[in-house]
Amino acid sequence: MHPAPSVILFTSLSGLGFGLLFFLGLGMPASTGLVAFVFYAIAYAFAVGGLIFSTFHLGHPERALKAFTQWRSSWLSREAWLAVMALCVSGLGAIAQIFFETRIDAISYLGAALSMATVFSTAMIYRQLATIPRWHTPWTPVLFLGYSFAGGALFAGQVSLAMPALCVLAALQVVAWMQGDRALADSGTNLATATGLGDRGSVRAFEPPHTGTNYLLKEFVYVVGRKHAAKLRIIALILFAGTPVLLLALEFNHILALLAVIAHIAGVITSRWLFFAQAEHVVGLYYGKR
Amino acid sequence: MTCLPSSTDKKLGLVIDLDTCVGCHACVVSCKGWNTENYGAPLADQDAYGENPLGTFLNRVHSYEVQPEDSPAQLIHFPKSCLHCDDAPCVTVCPTGASYKRTEDGIVLVNETDCIGCGLCAWACPYGARELDGEEKVMKKCTLCVDRIYNENLPEEDRVPACVRTCPAGARHFGDLGDPDSDVSKLVADRGGFDLMPEMNTKPVNKYLPPRLKDQLDPERNETHALEAQAENPQGFFAWLDRTLEKL
Repeated sequence: MHPAPSVILFTSLSGLGFGLLFFLGLGMPASTGLVAFVFYAIAYAFAVGGLIFSTFHLGHPERALKAFTQWRSSWLSREAWLAVMALCVSGLGAIAQIFFETRIDAISYLGAALSMATVFSTAMIYRQLATIPRWHTPWTPVLFLGYSFAGGALFAGQVSLAMPALCVLAALQVVAWMQGDRALADSGTNLATATGLGDRGSVRAFEPPHTGTNYLLKEFVYVVGRKHAAKLRIIALILFAGTPVLLLALEFNHILALLAVIAHIAGVITSRWLFFAQAEHVVGLYYGKR
Repeated sequence: MTCLPSSTDKKLGLVIDLDTCVGCHACVVSCKGWNTENYGAPLADQDAYGENPLGTFLNRVHSYEVQPEDSPAQLIHFPKSCLHCDDAPCVTVCPTGASYKRTEDGIVLVNETDCIGCGLCAWACPYGARELDGEEKVMKKCTLCVDRIYNENLPEEDRVPACVRTCPAGARHFGDLGDPDSDVSKLVADRGGFDLMPEMNTKPVNKYLPPRLKDQLDPERNETHALEAQAENPQGFFAWLDRTLEKL
């Protein structure tokens, strides 16, 4: 898949923002006043910033409100609703904490649940696509939720929780990569089933429909060099898990924590770039590109 | 509403005969022509006369080589457009309701004024049937020439999709695949029409007819001898020529 910056930034940043909102909703840390304001400001900057990036992906962003209409069938529409509900409910909890120095448990817990539900719905947009076997597995929501949880714990300063969470996340990611590399072959879809000609012999794409490129090839047939992909996976692991865990293991201070957070963000973006760039859409089979 | 209808009154669709298609791309050109001049946003090109031309097409013709184990390779031209699936994954993913499947005839269409150009429907289609137009930034797809097939301003013989009307080989057939007595349904039954990527469970309405098997050279009749040297023991002039050439 074409690794569009808008979608990578959207899923990475809003995932982290909703992860932080989740922990703030749980009261971890239990802050009020100015400290609560700073935490919520960071969470909203990431969550809303990510959502704004997502609109750059649209051909007609001026019609984006129409995306709220089809929640019965469409995960993208459900995500729009859940994101708005999570932001509104968490916002009420934030106002209570910041300006009235009180915490309303029911609202804060509901905000936390809606935040994670938003991340789950984002993941389901990808997980539902049978056309991309690498995404069409439970690993997709597990990883999206994992990144959101571990990143949220890190942002919220929950060091004792963030360290094991990042280690588990790294392990899950490695397993998911290994599974993903086999996903297309295991899916049973190949040029033989795509053309329906497999029962008479081996099928080879002889001539493409046109000499130039097209929307389908640009959008769906992005190929990453295998060597580069392996290096990028290691870089992603070092950035999103290795570096923060190491820095958190040292004596705690705000500079080290900031470095840990910056490394984590860079790692999440690298990993999310790979999520898109390495995803093989079955339409590539018709072009002999798989 | 982007929920799929539980059933449709008709299942209008195409039957494409891979045995007959000669790969001339006339259907591609007529599709582009009709759908640029009629319903919806035109099918735009970018850099049409330049170094890297790019454009929106609703129908494209691939060519595949099939190599059977014990007979010569076969070249098969393979037109591909929207299959108007019964379980169209492109419809249910649409967040705005722009994509829909019609209850009356099963045609899958895009309401272009509702399309936000998110591209998710194209991601969900295994067949590459949807393309985001480079100029209008809305999703384009085969309409089964919905503006021809019911158009009473056209002569009756023209009330079929442009690709079907133009095919010089008669490789494309249009009709109601939901009616078992229709010509297209009979054709599918007679010729063993099949689905593309059946494992995707999209239940395509369009069917493909398999190419007929080619004749084999008959080893009993030793037909291959035509390819071997003919003059083992030349006579007359050829015997003289043979001797003379040997001496040189």
